[in-house]
Amino acid sequence: MNINATLLGQTVAFLLFVWFCMKFVWPPLMNAIEERQKRIADGLADADRAVKDLELAQAKATDQLKDAKATANEIIESANKRKAQIVDEAKAEADIERAKIIAQGQAEIEAERNRVKEDLRKQVATLAILGAEKILERSIDEAAHSDIVNKLVAEL
Amino acid sequence: MAATGEALTPQGYIQHHLTNLQVCVTDEGLALNSKLCEGNFWTWHIDSLFFSVGLGVLFLWLFRSVGKKATTGVPGKLQCFIEMVVEFVDSSVKETFHGRNPVIAPLALTIFVWVFMMNFMDMVPVDWIPSLAAAAGIPYMKVVPTTDLNITFSMALGVFVLIIYYSIKVKGISGFVKELTMQPFNHWAMIPVNFLLETVTLIAKPISLALRLFGNLYAGELIFILIALMYGANWALSTLGVTLQLGWLIFHIMVITLQAFIFMMLTIVYLSMAHEDH
Repeated sequence: MNINATLLGQTVAFLLFVWFCMKFVWPPLMNAIEERQKRIADGLADADRAVKDLELAQAKATDQLKDAKATANEIIESANKRKAQIVDEAKAEADIERAKIIAQGQAEIEAERNRVKEDLRKQVATLAILGAEKILERSIDEAAHSDIVNKLVAEL
Repeated sequence: MAATGEALTPQGYIQHHLTNLQVCVTDEGLALNSKLCEGNFWTWHIDSLFFSVGLGVLFLWLFRSVGKKATTGVPGKLQCFIEMVVEFVDSSVKETFHGRNPVIAPLALTIFVWVFMMNFMDMVPVDWIPSLAAAAGIPYMKVVPTTDLNITFSMALGVFVLIIYYSIKVKGISGFVKELTMQPFNHWAMIPVNFLLETVTLIAKPISLALRLFGNLYAGELIFILIALMYGANWALSTLGVTLQLGWLIFHIMVITLQAFIFMMLTIVYLSMAHEDH
């Protein structure tokens, strides 16, 4: 159990091993560990951000949905209003049209009646002349009395 | 198990197990475990050096190969294990040492894993490797490097050199001298007393490091050997021996881990003390 040269050999070996460990063993292992720690931290941060983003997106979607519903209601309301308006306008127009048609009809009827009256008057005149002719056939010369008859016709 | 020239007595058996394979250069050339080696400083404990350097190389090769292939994605099981060890050492260093020093963490890792592996040789049944060595014609074989005072002392010396180096680097020579002479009693008249106290404190650091590890492992190894003595007697004692061996082995797993951890932790503490200004 005496101290001897083994001490020196082992000291050299020890220092060499520590140096080797410091240069070639520690850095790659520590780098790998730190790199992974960074990646895990990044991943966790990303996950947190994603959750926040999701919440935001959901709130946004809810808002937009509410807006859409309100807009839809507005559109329906205005459509209803417009419909009523259109119906009213149509009604008014129809009334006017009807009045016009009635007025036109009445005018036509009036004209027809006047024409018929004229016709009737002419026919009555003809019939009267015919009757008169029949009566006066024997006594009256057509040529001599036609001026009188014409006068009568004009008076009718 | 007795080597040439030793009787197969309990004392001989124990003595054989506690003797290193020594080589020294004598006038007649290389001598193996000869009387000529006694008292000769230039004697080498081939077995201690072989196992400690072999285990150190194994440690560095294993960690280096994992480190080269280390992915930053999902690690494999081996990489996970290696990273757990590295993380454990790194957090121990960060808890204790707050400065910036690129040496301390790798140093702590080397000490922890290497000392643990050397201690772990204690788990190999005491007769296996010596028997194999004897069959191969090697007379002595002490398997556990940390039961060799040279091994533990040399690591403690390495730490001691670093303590002095960083003390001087951080505080300057004057600061280091002041630390040795001006405390605990800050008065010029007390300088000799201070110097005596502080020197003892300083020297005690490597000695306590080396002797603690050596003492624990040497005692553990000795108990393994003593229990192994029971095997040859009769079946009752052999059964008892096996049971005791198993019990001590399980307990010893804790001891070797703890000793490796203590060596690492004290190294960190001593070096962080070297970095602190008082």
